[in-house]
Amino acid sequence: MRIPPRVAQTVARVVLGAATFFTVAVLIFIIGHVLVKGIPVLSFRFLFSNPEDMGRAGGIFPTLVGSVLLPAVALVFAVPLGIGTAVFLTEYTRESKITAAIRFGADCLAGIPSIIFGLFGFIFFVTVLRMGWCILSGGLTLAMMVLPTIIRTTEEAIRAVPYAYREVSFSLGATRWRTVWRVVLPNALPGIVTGIILSLGRSIGETAAVIFTAGSSLRMPSSLFDSVRTMSVHFYILAREGISSENAYGTAAVLVLAVLMVNGISYWLMHQFMKRFS
Amino acid sequence: MLKMDIQKVDLFYGEFQALKGVSMPIQANKITALIGPSGCGKSTLLRCLNRMNDLIPNVRIQGTILLDNFNIYEPGARVEDIRKRVGMVFQRPNPFPMSVFDNVVYGLRVAGNFNKSFLAEKAEKSLKAAWLWDNVKDRLRDSALDLPLDQQQRLCIARLIAVEPEVILMDEPCSALDPIATAKIEELMNELRASYTIVIVTHNMHQAARVSDFTGYMLLGEMVEFGVTSEVFITPKDKRTQDYISGKYG
Repeated sequence: MRIPPRVAQTVARVVLGAATFFTVAVLIFIIGHVLVKGIPVLSFRFLFSNPEDMGRAGGIFPTLVGSVLLPAVALVFAVPLGIGTAVFLTEYTRESKITAAIRFGADCLAGIPSIIFGLFGFIFFVTVLRMGWCILSGGLTLAMMVLPTIIRTTEEAIRAVPYAYREVSFSLGATRWRTVWRVVLPNALPGIVTGIILSLGRSIGETAAVIFTAGSSLRMPSSLFDSVRTMSVHFYILAREGISSENAYGTAAVLVLAVLMVNGISYWLMHQFMKRFS
Repeated sequence: MLKMDIQKVDLFYGEFQALKGVSMPIQANKITALIGPSGCGKSTLLRCLNRMNDLIPNVRIQGTILLDNFNIYEPGARVEDIRKRVGMVFQRPNPFPMSVFDNVVYGLRVAGNFNKSFLAEKAEKSLKAAWLWDNVKDRLRDSALDLPLDQQQRLCIARLIAVEPEVILMDEPCSALDPIATAKIEELMNELRASYTIVIVTHNMHQAARVSDFTGYMLLGEMVEFGVTSEVFITPKDKRTQDYISGKYG
């Protein structure tokens, strides 16, 4: 029996609408839940004082610092490496089996669970290189984790720059490097920055890779070789050990707000990028 | 006086031979036009003159192209230097998404000139030479993309003049422009002839007849006929040229 088109149309509308509704509802529920439970805990004191009694009381200041420093270290390493790789792959090589293999590798790396990166970081940076649990170990591990994202978004941004720009630049006697530096990168910049900010959001929220490599010390770090606890690790420990669900929610709220803020900026940049090329 | 000389050039895109033993002289301070139906190889030939075809994968070029008696395809020839001497104006106006000023001085900056007064002086001179100065002198900081199309094309010419090329290659420079803008560009070409050697590829036979001193007619990768423009158009020696010019095909 054939279903009349009008009925099919109505059914499709309802089913697709319901799918969208559930997706949005779940998202709003999670974020709403965390914010409703967490925001009452937030205060200036909570953000900027040291934790007491393992986090049962006091604030989260050292973990806030940890959540700023680790992603910062990660980006300091990942951004130049990632952009350099992307420029090389797009501008300095012709498409070949090797570039395809590198790209495939980067895509695979992007899909690997973060705890595997944590394990690798623990074995390589913490143990083999004897760096111990510290900001640098954690930052380098995060750098490896976000590197594929930065490479791929930068590649896409570079590809979106019209070929005609390069052609004109070459025709005016510019070398490849000058062309990349003066035409390609400036025009790809908004896209590149979007990728960096997405990576930033990911590394702020990362827990598994960090707990293995940066440790979970609650003391305020004084150098890159000190262990630190990030907000996400703090939240994990508070909740998991049943130390204080109130402070766990407070920390989670700060985390969610931070990631929302970073993603908001990323969206805005993406918008600017689109505007420029249309 | 001979500025460039194309001698028996073959060009292959992979297996496909796009140019077949093409030879053509290019006289200094003259306008040489290349005409022929789409796909005849005239743009390909033009792009051989400043080695822009090097950028395309799987291109193989044989033969000699002399620039002041120097073979630009000689191994070890510096392609950036060749492109500075032999500049190009493209089919579509293609200013960079930068200010008018930054566009004009682009070639100077990539060559390492950053002296502000030098750049300002060169920008003014080049814009004047391209008859654009009066249109843009108050909006040098505005985006070049906000200019009307014909001004964009003249900006591209100014950008090229700024690097002081000896030869200017034009690849259908008016095909995106209306007749009035086209007339302006043609007039400008006439003026530029005094200082530069110009090679123009055009679809428009009337344009070739109007502006050029010499004309080469190409068909299927071959140079069918080359000569003084008036002779090629009025008394073509080859039957195929005659057919094309009289509008039998193309």
